[in-house]
Amino acid sequence: MVNDSTARLDRLFSALGDPTRRAIVARLARDNGLSVSELAAPFEIKLPAVMKHLDILEDVGLIRRAKEGRTVTVELSPRPLRTAVDWIQRCERVWELRLDRLARFAEKKERDSQERNE
Amino acid sequence: MTEATCVRRIAARPSIVFDALTTAEGMASWWNPEDGPVLAAASDPKVGGRFRVRFRKLDGSEHECSGEFLEIEQPRRVVMSFEWTSGGVPEEQQRVSRVELLLRLIDTGTELTVIHAGLYDESSAANHGSGWEGALDKLARRLAASDRLRSG
Repeated sequence: MVNDSTARLDRLFSALGDPTRRAIVARLARDNGLSVSELAAPFEIKLPAVMKHLDILEDVGLIRRAKEGRTVTVELSPRPLRTAVDWIQRCERVWELRLDRLARFAEKKERDSQERNE
Repeated sequence: MTEATCVRRIAARPSIVFDALTTAEGMASWWNPEDGPVLAAASDPKVGGRFRVRFRKLDGSEHECSGEFLEIEQPRRVVMSFEWTSGGVPEEQQRVSRVELLLRLIDTGTELTVIHAGLYDESSAANHGSGWEGALDKLARRLAASDRLRSG
């Protein structure tokens, strides 16, 4: 159901809806703190296009860019994952409550059916 | 995408749990996680069949969920997608949930596993499983699990 984190989660999902950006995130998860040119190297797209993807990832807070001398390094930031973690926990709480109810309903059906057969 | 998982052992045989999960009578008994009333429930549990559950929460707000059965292997497995609406309007634009229910026969009855994926749109709901399971998702799940450990 709707709450503050929904819009943020949608932006996060949307940012990760692109295969190049997912590849960038996956690469940083293995190898954090790469320079922009190291990150761009395996892609067949030009550096400005890579920069645009980095802008989108930075907007949702998934990465941070830091300048060291003439090199810009890129780091993965765990902060927006908090939203995903909260969603998982909220969702699991709802299912635990539902499963309490489901178990009561199904167990009564099971008892009724056994009584009928006795 | 982001996934929540719950496992529960139920003292009833899989066919009974399966019916409780998929029939209108069963869904009406559990879909609302709170004690408020279920106002309407309809279900056509076959592949491509739809279901709908409307209920009132304790705060008085009414919510409706409608969805489709994507896969059914009675009594072992059900996959469904659904969306929330409130007063006929989608609560979360383009947000579709995909739920996979797995039932396993055990000595005491049934072990039920719920895997709930929060997805961005219909196409990702359809492609789920064949699609992306990235480092991010795994990391989020690991964080959620370690949070659970901390809170006991």
